[in-house]
Amino acid sequence: MPIRIQEADFDVSAEIAALRKGDPRVGAVVTFLGAVRDMNDGSHVKEMTLEHYPGMTEKALQEILDQAKARWDIYQTLVIHRVGPLLPEDQIVLVVVSSAHRGEAFAACEFIMDYLKTAAPFWKKENTSDGARWVDARVTDDAAMARWAKK
Amino acid sequence: MKLELRFFASLREALGVSQESIVTPDSVKTIADLRVHLIERGNPWAEVLAQSKVLRCALNQVMVDASTPLIDNAEVAFFPPVTGG
Repeated sequence: MPIRIQEADFDVSAEIAALRKGDPRVGAVVTFLGAVRDMNDGSHVKEMTLEHYPGMTEKALQEILDQAKARWDIYQTLVIHRVGPLLPEDQIVLVVVSSAHRGEAFAACEFIMDYLKTAAPFWKKENTSDGARWVDARVTDDAAMARWAKK
Repeated sequence: MKLELRFFASLREALGVSQESIVTPDSVKTIADLRVHLIERGNPWAEVLAQSKVLRCALNQVMVDASTPLIDNAEVAFFPPVTGG
């Protein structure tokens, strides 16, 4: 499945191998791995919980992948996003894109992540040294998304 | 109109509700109208859905803006700006 929402961890090497397998057209694989940081907005993060909107999450991610495929000459795509409780250093999100050449895969991977950050219904709640709090959306994420609008 | 409401993240917590079936009066035609209709319930709705708060909305699991017309039997979700990734 090219889109997976799961509590379980994932194996990056195994996912890349599975994506490439049997496709000798592939000359480039670009991977983005997101991890949980131990500091956010000046507070020490002890743990976080990820909530999402089952059903809409999958639809939104499919829309993002469809747009990437329409825009760049890429072959396979994969998005894995973890939900539930997570600790600092945990892997949280994986995006993998394959193509014949690196340029298309790099651009598509960055687009998918920028789009995911503003359009996929996930929410982080942090348990920090200053108490529990919902993470605020960043203006920089909207700015990153806007870069892709007029190309 | 019959609608299935969903609330997520900080909204869900502040309202103490994750899901609710409602029947709206004929005057409620758009997402914006629905927000006003819910605000008119008083607190905690008035506070949590206040126009000063930046919220996102989805109609049948697709993000839409406030002027979007409602559809009978639709699923309508309100939530804060997303923070995944």
